[in-house]
Amino acid sequence: MNALYLLSRYFISSVRGQLLYPGVNLLLGLGAFLTSIIELVGIWALFQRFGNVQGWRYGDICLFFGMVSISFALADFLSRGFDVFGSEFVRTGDFDRLLLRPRSAALQLIGYDFRLKVLGRLLQGLLVLGVATHSLGLIWHPATVGLALWTIAGGVALFFGLMVLQATLAFWTVESLEIVNVVTYGGVQAAQFPLSLYAHWFRNFLIFVVPIACIAYFPVLAILHKSDPTGMPDWFLPLAPAVGFVFLAVSLAVWRFGVRKYTSTGT
Amino acid sequence: MARALSCRPYLAAFAARFRVMLQYRAAAWAGFTTQCWWGGLKVMVYAAFYHHTTQVGGPMTLAQTITYTWLAQALFTLQPWSGDPDVAAGVRTGAIGYDRLRPIDTYHWWFVRAAAWMTARALPRAALMALAAAVVLPLLHLDAWAWRMPADAAHAALFLLSLVWMIVLSVAFTMLLNLCIVATLTDRGINTLAPALVILFTGNLLPLGLLPDWLQPAMLAQPFAGMLDIPMRIYIGTLDLTGAWIGIGLQVFWSLVLIALGRAGLRRVMARLEMQGG
Repeated sequence: MNALYLLSRYFISSVRGQLLYPGVNLLLGLGAFLTSIIELVGIWALFQRFGNVQGWRYGDICLFFGMVSISFALADFLSRGFDVFGSEFVRTGDFDRLLLRPRSAALQLIGYDFRLKVLGRLLQGLLVLGVATHSLGLIWHPATVGLALWTIAGGVALFFGLMVLQATLAFWTVESLEIVNVVTYGGVQAAQFPLSLYAHWFRNFLIFVVPIACIAYFPVLAILHKSDPTGMPDWFLPLAPAVGFVFLAVSLAVWRFGVRKYTSTGT
Repeated sequence: MARALSCRPYLAAFAARFRVMLQYRAAAWAGFTTQCWWGGLKVMVYAAFYHHTTQVGGPMTLAQTITYTWLAQALFTLQPWSGDPDVAAGVRTGAIGYDRLRPIDTYHWWFVRAAAWMTARALPRAALMALAAAVVLPLLHLDAWAWRMPADAAHAALFLLSLVWMIVLSVAFTMLLNLCIVATLTDRGINTLAPALVILFTGNLLPLGLLPDWLQPAMLAQPFAGMLDIPMRIYIGTLDLTGAWIGIGLQVFWSLVLIALGRAGLRRVMARLEMQGG
């Protein structure tokens, strides 16, 4: 309970700080919204030009895109401390101070910053979901809503795990490795389109190495009541988001190993 | 003051910054990796759409679209994604006061420095991307996904000319972003908004030729087309030689317009520039 109280204090102070500059934060949110919604224009133009691809409709792609955007936005909201961990904590030696406090370092890093601009991407995800619903004539039963929430939860866990791994790498590189952005931002990009469009080795990468397909493609198929054309059995589809939680658990284990090995950069 | 003399500080500024920017090797590798991922994804998606299309005779072949995609990724840093970070830092620290004290034209000074910043980062990335997409992919028997040669010699020559004007136009737009930074005293606002425009209207998101046909005239005429799409169309040969000259003419026209806007704007902003602190 105490941890939750602490997080809520972190949250309130972070949001208050940002609300002191409403104009800037509104503009940043608008920018995040625009840069992510513009992808939809590209998808729309492709379908206008070429028509349906392998039986996938415009609305299907919107559903993939909307779901993964929401997951990523929420994870981004919670994981800023891990994202900038290398440059803001390890290189400066500030991580020592976190370790001295009688609360877990992970908790303090979650509380480091809750950026309101992320709401721009969240809004984009919800809007794209709306487009998908309209385009496909989807009806959201309680079971479908539950499945969607479960998918988003798995996605948040996966993207959060990726951020934790990125932060863990900083124990050895003493820098924030932007290369991890390839699998976070790039993963969101990859998850927009169905797995069956990709080459075989790339599908395997998205299932077994960075399991983004498990938190976007497979569960969304279950929402659409479709079978997987690449041959994944139907019973697995709604269970797939659990892989996101497994990924998070492994990431946190690696993180704890990194914390034990941590030696300060000194002052 | 002799005219030959007045050119030297700008050349020196360009050379100095160019050499400094070439030092960032890790950034070049990181950029290259990112662009491989993005390029590879796009190529796979385009291939899927082309192979399943029911429509025939589109504006570009798959091979042309793929070449466009790799080339666009290779020239990524020649596009105006943000203002010059040195100008932003100068606004924060007050160092643009020193720039005002130099016996040179501030617009020209920032222009050549931004040009060096963009071209020096593009050079290693473009070389790596060419190696990967034009040499390694065919060696791996992935010829269908490879970056192809230009359409013919005449198109290749016109592409190089158009590439030069793409750089001029992109730097001229970067100067407008710099102007916004000086006027608003922060780079955060404009640097979040500009990429949305650039990614869509330059053709980086999707080759402008693949947008609906009724949009084509407007898409080609707007200034952002010259920051990627026009040189790309010349390279892959979807513009004939007359079309290529018209495209380059548009690039020159928009460059002059943006430079005139930037110069006028900078004069006004600098006239009311206030330095704080001492």
